[in-house]
Amino acid sequence: MSRRIRIGIFVPAALGFTALLLWAFAGLPAFGDYRGPYGFLLNAIATPERHTTNVVMATTFDYRGFDTMGEEFVLFAAVLGVMLLLRSAEAGGRSGAPEHESSAAIRWGATLAVAAAVLVGLWLIAFGYVTPGGGFQGGVAVAGATILLYFATGYRAFEPVGSEEVLDPLEALGAGGFVVIGLASLAGGLAFLTNLFGPGIVGTLQSGGSIPFVNWAAGVEVAAANVSLFAQFLRHYVVPLARAQE
Amino acid sequence: MSYLPYAVAAWICVVGLYGIVTSKNLIHLAMCLTVTQSSTYVLLLSVGYVKGGGAPIFKGVELGTTAVDPVVQALSLTDIVVSVTVLALILALALDVQKEAGTVDPDAIAAMRG
Repeated sequence: MSRRIRIGIFVPAALGFTALLLWAFAGLPAFGDYRGPYGFLLNAIATPERHTTNVVMATTFDYRGFDTMGEEFVLFAAVLGVMLLLRSAEAGGRSGAPEHESSAAIRWGATLAVAAAVLVGLWLIAFGYVTPGGGFQGGVAVAGATILLYFATGYRAFEPVGSEEVLDPLEALGAGGFVVIGLASLAGGLAFLTNLFGPGIVGTLQSGGSIPFVNWAAGVEVAAANVSLFAQFLRHYVVPLARAQE
Repeated sequence: MSYLPYAVAAWICVVGLYGIVTSKNLIHLAMCLTVTQSSTYVLLLSVGYVKGGGAPIFKGVELGTTAVDPVVQALSLTDIVVSVTVLALILALALDVQKEAGTVDPDAIAAMRG
């Protein structure tokens, strides 16, 4: 259908939809007047039960760990889809990769920044269930820092980090690790994803049962997936373009 | 004022939908989809807010302090991270369309045959 007909149908539909939405939202409790039982319940029992002080991460990886496993596989499938779409005849490989001019100061400063950012990301993952942070957030931070390496030093230095041989196993380790930890509980005769290890000491790294391992699996997977996506787009679109320009 | 966040969520959703419908570029369309997704995050987090509540983190904070709902936060954060990778998939599709059809205008792409 033509553009004008489409917009002509959309505008009254959108107005009706907005009216319906606002009417529905008016039936919600006012902002701040939270009534639901689960928020209060989780805040009260998560730290005594699981000994994790970050209740959001306890929810993500323990109380609602099954949902997180599903989300991880959505992530995995999306990266798989991009890999299939962007599979191309990459002629040349490592030789003839484009380099851009940059001063030594930029290289040094940015590389130090990459090191610091990777450490911060790893810290966010490691202490994710004690203080604000977690596998997902820290994984994205580590991925961002690794991608910064490309902008800091150019393609030749980034390529070993962004290669498929490095990233695919890491990603599989992350996604599969989650399932393996869950299955390990099954092997012990308990339900899937039951905590295998004791709750531990509140407020330290050794707490939360299986949460640390699942947390790291998620962090590794998110980081590897994001770097892998960037590397694929780079290999498929930017590298041939830069080569053609030379 | 106490219903303003919900109105903002509704506005963001409808603006994103308008962007999708009137888009002339597939990449712009993907970004509008992301905008519509963000409206769900705003809605979820607004629903979970407790007046006077702090973050649901209890390191150094006494147990029993009022804290906001952690479940909606957990839902939002996993969703944001996963939506980035799904956006990458959509952009890869858009670039593929560019290669096949020579254009990223959704109206100018010939209808599928076969």
